[in-house]
Amino acid sequence: MDKIQYNKYRQIKELVFRNSMLFMTVISLSFAVVIGISLYYKSVPILDQHSLWDLLTGENWKPLKGEFGFFPFIMGTLWVTGIAIIISLPLCLLSAIYLSEYAHPYLKKIVFPMIDVLAGIPPVVYGVWGILVVVPFISTTLAPHFVEFSTGYSVLAGGIVLAIMIIPLMISVFVEIFAALPGGLREASLSLGATNWQTIKKVVLRKSFPGLAAAVVLAISRAFGETIAVLMVCGNVSISPKSVFDPAYPLPALLANNYGEMMSIPMYDAALMLSALLLFVIILAFNAISRLVLIRIEKNFAL
Amino acid sequence: MKHVRIKRLEERIFKTLMMAATLIIMISLFMIIVAVVKRGLPAMSWDMVSKIPGGGFYIGKEGGLLNAIVGSLYIVIGSIFLGLLFSLPIVLYINLYLPEKSRLAQFTRLSFDVLFGIPSIVYGAFGFTLMVYLGLRSSLLAGILTVTILIIPILIRSIDEVMRRVPKEMKDAALSLGATRSEMIRVILRQVVPGIITAVLLSVGRGIGDAASVLFTAGYTDSIPTSLGQPVATLPLAIFFQLSSPIAEVQDRAYAAALILTFIVLILSLSGRYYSRKFSKNKI
Repeated sequence: MDKIQYNKYRQIKELVFRNSMLFMTVISLSFAVVIGISLYYKSVPILDQHSLWDLLTGENWKPLKGEFGFFPFIMGTLWVTGIAIIISLPLCLLSAIYLSEYAHPYLKKIVFPMIDVLAGIPPVVYGVWGILVVVPFISTTLAPHFVEFSTGYSVLAGGIVLAIMIIPLMISVFVEIFAALPGGLREASLSLGATNWQTIKKVVLRKSFPGLAAAVVLAISRAFGETIAVLMVCGNVSISPKSVFDPAYPLPALLANNYGEMMSIPMYDAALMLSALLLFVIILAFNAISRLVLIRIEKNFAL
Repeated sequence: MKHVRIKRLEERIFKTLMMAATLIIMISLFMIIVAVVKRGLPAMSWDMVSKIPGGGFYIGKEGGLLNAIVGSLYIVIGSIFLGLLFSLPIVLYINLYLPEKSRLAQFTRLSFDVLFGIPSIVYGAFGFTLMVYLGLRSSLLAGILTVTILIIPILIRSIDEVMRRVPKEMKDAALSLGATRSEMIRVILRQVVPGIITAVLLSVGRGIGDAASVLFTAGYTDSIPTSLGQPVATLPLAIFFQLSSPIAEVQDRAYAAALILTFIVLILSLSGRYYSRKFSKNKI
């Protein structure tokens, strides 16, 4: 093969590579749209019969009678997520500040791998831990002080398990945000005689607030969608919980628990696919917003 | 002077609180592992990892979890293979072909960051609709496809992170020697091997431990599948189903399965660390 021909072959190969890779990238971008459309398409039957508002605020979930009210499940999700954030936010914030502003590099070398390990533990193992430790603790130790009886399978159990599960995500994003702050800001404050903590309170936290908020939104959306671990410890009773010791039935758990029978009852599959669509849309929006905020922060501080 | 004392005190209080918070987080990790090991270890036996469930398995008689272990491995191996096939071209394209500040590249990164946050149950539901649409039953193939969708964002994000750090000079050097961009790929790929290994280990960990995505799609069976069309058991589902049994011996197996799964995941994340450290020493 002479040289000109060989170069032509290389150019054609290049062209094929470039275009097929471009094609795959563009296809991959339509992915989210495809998921959204297919879930919507599956949930159209129920949206034709009931208005979205009625479905979201309906209290009764009786698939056999054709009543599909998502309200208890939405409340269950909100309760469990709320508890998880209340527990994990202060822990993560304090620990992230400590790790990025105070801790000796040696300590960081121990702690960060451990957080990675925590992040890698599968949800179902967290669920097992919940059943082994958290649920008995609540039913025998904690609940008797407050209510007459609780099985332990409750909002609180779900919240505690979820809190531990979202810790790795929250801490790592927090630490990244603190690391992105220009060091000069801290030095300026310290040189004026502020203590470390005053600098953190008045400079670091204030300056990184948008990023921290975005990280919390990210953690909330992770908690929203967590399924198996929550399903294992929440009790799964379809009423809106009134206290943290009541059982709850979050939206993802509903979806996971009923897939088996959904083909046999009319509209059931549409209702469940609607719940998947709801989760998808909410979490997509949350994620997109917080990622955009985080990207912007990275850019602003990089200057 | 009083002012100074107050601010010193405040400093000390908050520092203590911070240390306590860090300690609590570390302890909770230990508690999880200790709880799983303490409950799982007595239930472990050689039969658990070497036998498939026997006739009376679900009333507490003989058999083990080999079906779930092998099933999980099948699913993960299949989906890593498919996942790399999809994600490598995308990462290579946005890093080597597109200019540094390209809108398309930024949008792609953003969209996979967002997809990474989508819960696995939604992917499971999507996989299920896809399965119905294609006329598949719950099977190994459907499970592999769903887990592939789940891990593609992880693969892309973590490979991209390493590939972005390849020095621009290296690309320039390859191009200036007359290589086309597709020929340059070979040079760059060699540089990011540790990144790819880490990404694969991460996604194996995620894929093997995820229950919600395979719940709809992979089914469950007591035997080891011999073709892509058969249903397949997975470790997380083995834990999940057996824990809901009222029989204590069956529940024990769930704890044994949890121990096996935790062990696998710990090995993966530790070796991931080891690899990325080993390779990063040789990096320029």
